Amino acid sequence: MSRLTADVIVVGAGIVGAACARSLAATGARVVVVDRGPAAGGTSSAGEGNLLVSDKGPGPELDLALHAAQAWERTAAELDDELGPAFPSVEYEPKGGLVVTSSAAGGAALLTFAETQRAAGVRTVPVDGDGAREYEPQLSPEITTGVFYSQDAQVQPVNATEALLASARRRGATVLTHRAVTGALTSKGSIVGVLTTQDRISAPVVLNCAGPWAGAVAASLGVQLPVRPRRGMVLVTTRMPHLIFHKVYDGDYVAATQSADTSLQTSSVVECTAGGTVLIGSSREQIGFDDRLRIAVLAELAAKALRLFPFLADASVMRAYGGYRPYMPDHLPVIGADPRLPGLFHATGHEGAGIGLSVSTADLITALVTGTTPPLDPAPFALTRTSLHTEQVA
Amino acid sequence: MTPTPVDPSRDPAHPRESALITITLDGREVIGRSGQTVAGMMLAAGIQQWRRTSVDAAPRGVFCGIGVCFDCLVTINGLRDVRACLRRARDGDVVVAQHDRLPATPVQHPDPS
Amino acid sequence: MNARHVVVVGAGPAGLSAAAAAAERGAAVTLLDAADQLGGQYWRHLPAERAGDDEAVLHHGWKTFQQLQATLEKSPSVEIVRQAQVWSLETAGTATGSQDAAAALQVLVGEVDGPDRRALTLAPDALVLATGAHDRTLPFPGWTLPGVFTAGAAQALAKGERIAVGQRVVVAGAGPFLLPVASSLSQAGARVAAVIEAGTPSSLAAGWLSKPWQLVGAAHKSGELFGYLTHQLRGRIPYRTARAVIEAHGGDRVEAVTIAELDRRWAPIPGTEEQIACDAVCVSHGFTPRLELAIAVGAALSADRFVVVDPAQRTSVRAVFAAGEITGIGGVDAALVEGRIAGHVAAGGDHRDRALGTALRDRLRTTAFAHRIEAAHGIRPGWTGWLRPDTIVCRCEETTLAAVHHAVAATDSRSLRSTKLSTRAGLGICQARICGRSVETLLAEPTDSTEPPITAAPGPGSDRRPIVTPVRLGELAALAGVLVVIDPPSTSTPVPAPATPPPLES
Repeated sequence: MSRLTADVIVVGAGIVGAACARSLAATGARVVVVDRGPAAGGTSSAGEGNLLVSDKGPGPELDLALHAAQAWERTAAELDDELGPAFPSVEYEPKGGLVVTSSAAGGAALLTFAETQRAAGVRTVPVDGDGAREYEPQLSPEITTGVFYSQDAQVQPVNATEALLASARRRGATVLTHRAVTGALTSKGSIVGVLTTQDRISAPVVLNCAGPWAGAVAASLGVQLPVRPRRGMVLVTTRMPHLIFHKVYDGDYVAATQSADTSLQTSSVVECTAGGTVLIGSSREQIGFDDRLRIAVLAELAAKALRLFPFLADASVMRAYGGYRPYMPDHLPVIGADPRLPGLFHATGHEGAGIGLSVSTADLITALVTGTTPPLDPAPFALTRTSLHTEQVA
Repeated sequence: MTPTPVDPSRDPAHPRESALITITLDGREVIGRSGQTVAGMMLAAGIQQWRRTSVDAAPRGVFCGIGVCFDCLVTINGLRDVRACLRRARDGDVVVAQHDRLPATPVQHPDPS
Repeated sequence: MNARHVVVVGAGPAGLSAAAAAAERGAAVTLLDAADQLGGQYWRHLPAERAGDDEAVLHHGWKTFQQLQATLEKSPSVEIVRQAQVWSLETAGTATGSQDAAAALQVLVGEVDGPDRRALTLAPDALVLATGAHDRTLPFPGWTLPGVFTAGAAQALAKGERIAVGQRVVVAGAGPFLLPVASSLSQAGARVAAVIEAGTPSSLAAGWLSKPWQLVGAAHKSGELFGYLTHQLRGRIPYRTARAVIEAHGGDRVEAVTIAELDRRWAPIPGTEEQIACDAVCVSHGFTPRLELAIAVGAALSADRFVVVDPAQRTSVRAVFAAGEITGIGGVDAALVEGRIAGHVAAGGDHRDRALGTALRDRLRTTAFAHRIEAAHGIRPGWTGWLRPDTIVCRCEETTLAAVHHAVAATDSRSLRSTKLSTRAGLGICQARICGRSVETLLAEPTDSTEPPITAAPGPGSDRRPIVTPVRLGELAALAGVLVVIDPPSTSTPVPAPATPPPLES
């Protein structure tokens, strides 16, 4: 068993852990990242790489997303500069998103929602059906209303995670993979390090970035955290001629992300990748850590995608993949200190938005850990917030 | 000429002669026999490559011959992604080679605000 | 009492044999195969309209095939579904750790990749997987040129189309199965310039000659092999061992190959290169089992990634059986015997039943044959020595060796998934069927990375493909509302996290 000393231990080498490690290392802190598997081996490699503002209503999560939208533009450029062209590209693409609907009621709701977002600082362009088809000529003629969000963007999430980790390493961080955290080192009621299956690591700060497994990590450190997995599936087509230019969502998507319903929900998110494939998401199910393929879910995703883009009926689906979003019962991430165990911080519960929110989460955590002024109000993300009181975490 | 059909008069298996059929590959007529696969007809006609790859635009034809590698993909009668090595040809089939390019950088819409 | 419903996937030797045995034992049998004719790759033959009066000369065991086919076609309790493409397998039961996974097969019936396929869902009492294997071809410079085929392609075209892939052909790779390929090519009128076998004389001796009594024991198989060998000698086809094709040359198609001598690890020995002019090269370094359905159903795999079966051909999942090449590369005799046992037991029989006769004893003999093939011809790690930085390793996405090495060095990651996503190796339409295991080997090679290699990682690796064969989005959408979502177990209490991250495919 090796012994290590650090200033901060980051548990989880997914995108949130990677972004936090990079940001903390930049302050001069000695950072050690530990993961029980490989880097980007969990949720970060199982999604589409969405950086979205379009699906968020006014409130703290939108504030975090707007901060992230700026932070990503800057971070992507920094990573490219720092790592050079030989490094796999993070494929940052500010392609914009188009939310559409075909019903009168849906259209009205969509426009009202967009108006509230606009008031909160989101750039929105309401369009009618023909306007929507100017953005996306292959859209169904049934589409009557849409809103274009120029701030929606995407990255290739695995490359982004690897790039953030590589950048963190350049700033002195150590990344230790394939070792699970097994317990806390404590002293006088505070956490002072962790034990892993291979190491004993001492540090005055431990940051839990284990995504949907953050509850299990917290439990191993002696505290409860009500983060749960919410399963999602994505379909991937073969390479095809380039006919879809933005992220295109069914208006239902917004409702699904805000829902606490445990049953299956699907709504269409369709987009083209740099490889020429089309990604079709996404489902939301609370079924625990159950990774089996469910055909009815895929069928529903397919049917909804065809309502947006009828021409996809002949497209070949070659792959389906899925993962677990880290889900909090009140739909807000937990970013901040755990008052029950001084020295412990959490940064998890971003549900499907972790890729996008990772960089703003890192800015917030770094300010909280180092005691500097946070870039936005951390209170709504605190573990002690009232919306979590029934969860017995206070 | 490389791939070569067995001369029926010298074939120890003595296959029957099936009906002549015609398909087109990118507009060019290819004549073969009913029961042949699309790839089989092309190879028998001396056509060894049809698809071009997305990155290098390199020529490809049949590699695995049993539907595993997808190198031989063609569009048949308007339907994409058909494995030529598995699909039996039918008289009149319109076969188009696939040259799927990688997407260019997407068009950026001007910022509205 | 209703008969047990047994579904057999794959109509090669193992599947045909399983279906016949299951029907004989009284089961209602559904036999599915993606092709429009029975026989699998082994007995790939001319279509009905071109059937040969003397097709038997192209095949080994043709009479066995004809008998099996006739029996199955006559049997009232057997339903044969040709052109049946099984594209997924869904399991119900409880979330984790269940060994009792009832399986539902999703099938599309109709012309392969064609329009108007009919959807079929089957939920049998027992399932026999006999999905076979395809060639494993290691990458080498020039292997993407037209005129480079797998050995299986040469066989399929010779037997199923009566086409010789070239007029002057080099057959290369490893394994006894190169010999029937050379034989088929000669019969189709090609001149076989050489058979290039990577196995060294000592490994060939260890595999084939150290246990001569086994050769006698597996009588059919050895007879078949000696038949090929004498055919080679008669035809004066050079059979050259401890060599490999290390490059194919040509502009738009193959014009020549370079071969080189190999050391015991299959590393090419500098200075031993020679060129052979040819217009086609057929390469196979062994076989990759088609594991998609076995993995989807949750069957345990061995360390060398074959389906683990017990003496009754049971997998680790209740009521799911496996036979033939997915349980180990054993050739046609093993497949027939294993299929017979699997079908009989799947139908409710016992593998010790007298009805199976000597099947159990035959099974032991044929298992030994598989071990001999591995000893003599198994892939050795030195092959990566014939790659160059610009050699394409993933044919679909045109990923080079340098790109893979670069991604590993830049990210310090040797995770298969991470490397796939950053280089696109294995993400193309073949879904890593051709390159997956080679990329895994390349990631496992020693480099400066601090990450541990992934060879020791258990599990399906690049063979996990929940969508078994491409399905059109329209076909998938047509199932919406038709299929009922299987209710998951209650999640009112948090499900404990599994010990390791779930093997998500990406």
